[in-house]
Amino acid sequence: VTVADALLLALGAIAVGSGVLVVTSAHLVRAGLYLVISLGALAGLYLVLGAELVAWVQVLVYVGAVVVLLLFAVMLTRAPIGPSTDLDRPAGPATLIGAGVGFGLAALLADAFHWTRYDLPPTGTAERVGEQIFGGWVLPFEVLSILLLAALVGAIVLSRPDLGARADPEAADAPGPDPIAESDAVVARLERIAARQSAAQSRIRQAAAEQRATGADADDEKTGTTTTLNPEDAVREAQKGRAADVIFGAQARRTRLGGDEPPEPGTTPDDVIEGTATETARTRPRPVRRPAGSPPTDRPAIEGKPARPSRPAIEGESARPSRPATEGRRARPSRPAIEGEVGGEKPALDAPGRRPRVAGRPDRPALPSGDNSGKADDQEDDA
Amino acid sequence: MHVVIPYVIAALLFGLGVYGVLRRRNAILVLMAVELMLNAINLIFVAADSTIRSTLVGVQPEAWSHTAPEPRSGSIFALFVIVLAAAEVGVGLAIILQFYRLRNAIAIDEIALHEADEQDQPDQQQEQVTT
Repeated sequence: VTVADALLLALGAIAVGSGVLVVTSAHLVRAGLYLVISLGALAGLYLVLGAELVAWVQVLVYVGAVVVLLLFAVMLTRAPIGPSTDLDRPAGPATLIGAGVGFGLAALLADAFHWTRYDLPPTGTAERVGEQIFGGWVLPFEVLSILLLAALVGAIVLSRPDLGARADPEAADAPGPDPIAESDAVVARLERIAARQSAAQSRIRQAAAEQRATGADADDEKTGTTTTLNPEDAVREAQKGRAADVIFGAQARRTRLGGDEPPEPGTTPDDVIEGTATETARTRPRPVRRPAGSPPTDRPAIEGKPARPSRPAIEGESARPSRPATEGRRARPSRPAIEGEVGGEKPALDAPGRRPRVAGRPDRPALPSGDNSGKADDQEDDA
Repeated sequence: MHVVIPYVIAALLFGLGVYGVLRRRNAILVLMAVELMLNAINLIFVAADSTIRSTLVGVQPEAWSHTAPEPRSGSIFALFVIVLAAAEVGVGLAIILQFYRLRNAIAIDEIALHEADEQDQPDQQQEQVTT
């Protein structure tokens, strides 16, 4: 037994012994520290075997980086300081398979090599290893660097759930930690939204009461007075139509709009109504009937101002659950509630000023022949 | 030098790693056991490079390989394995920490492998009752 053999035996005993402690210790942190000892002893083995660069890289990467990373993970997962009782599964099959693999491999290798003596080669310096890495092994080296880059990007993406989240609301429902959602700004914004929604509801209720007070022939009056409306009356009428929308037709309209997408200019519900009536009504140019209803200036103002900015803000907050386990599940049922209020508000905002016009002119959807007269009326109204 | 010594050490370390992977519930300890296995493989690479390579004097090299038999390929393989292990630990710890943030637990035998395992359990029980 030479000096090299004695060193190999001693270092191997240290490595295997601390390895046993790694897989049996009840302390998480101690397991990590025993892993340091085991890997350090392995670095000593590499040194004895003549692989100098591998030994120092082992010390640098494993002992210096990997074990520190593992201990960081132990801390970040709030592992208890003392011994843990729930670290292990039942030992039976694991012992059987582990011992079988270990002693089987050991017996195989011992039978293959017996007690043969080999002369150790001269210690390989980093210079020779470097020549070979950048000579014959340069392609695997480059592939490995790409793999490291991929692992880096993958670790970053995994650690940040807001990266790579799809715009699909179902996929965005996936619970993920979001410290922004807990901040005071978001809470304040949600409160503002709630206040605005309650104000809108009270306004709608008031408008509905007004409409009920005006009686059943309000539609005829509206039809008669659309030509002489000033913008304020148009806004009030829009609110009435909005109230009727919200009270009577919000649910059906929301489902027909198909969810969250803002309606295209050609697919608003009024167009759907007209299009189903006749084929000629769909192809009729829109500017002909636009001046007959509300003045065209108030529509983008009513439509665009509350609906566009408020909707992405609310959805963005509700689609991003705040807390991982508990609040993430709580945020999921709360989302349709918020969205339902917005969705109930949305079709009402799309319709203002046009629904009374459609309701007040029954000849347009019903009779295709009356369309020409209606258009003529419109043009006369313009004049 | 008797080459069987590092080989037996590597085999025992690999067996310990297998035991740890199968036995441990904590995901971080499983990663440590995986590190043990990777280091056992590294030790076999380095030992084989130091011993058997010197005996392969008259062996014809493969056509695609380097023309002259290189005496340090095992060390290079060991370096590559170390790099792979570092990448593995990085991604594995990112997964573990993300899972811990989601569930407040890192016991790997409590991980639901499918979403159905976790959400549709009442349905499954109902199906079992009906069937």
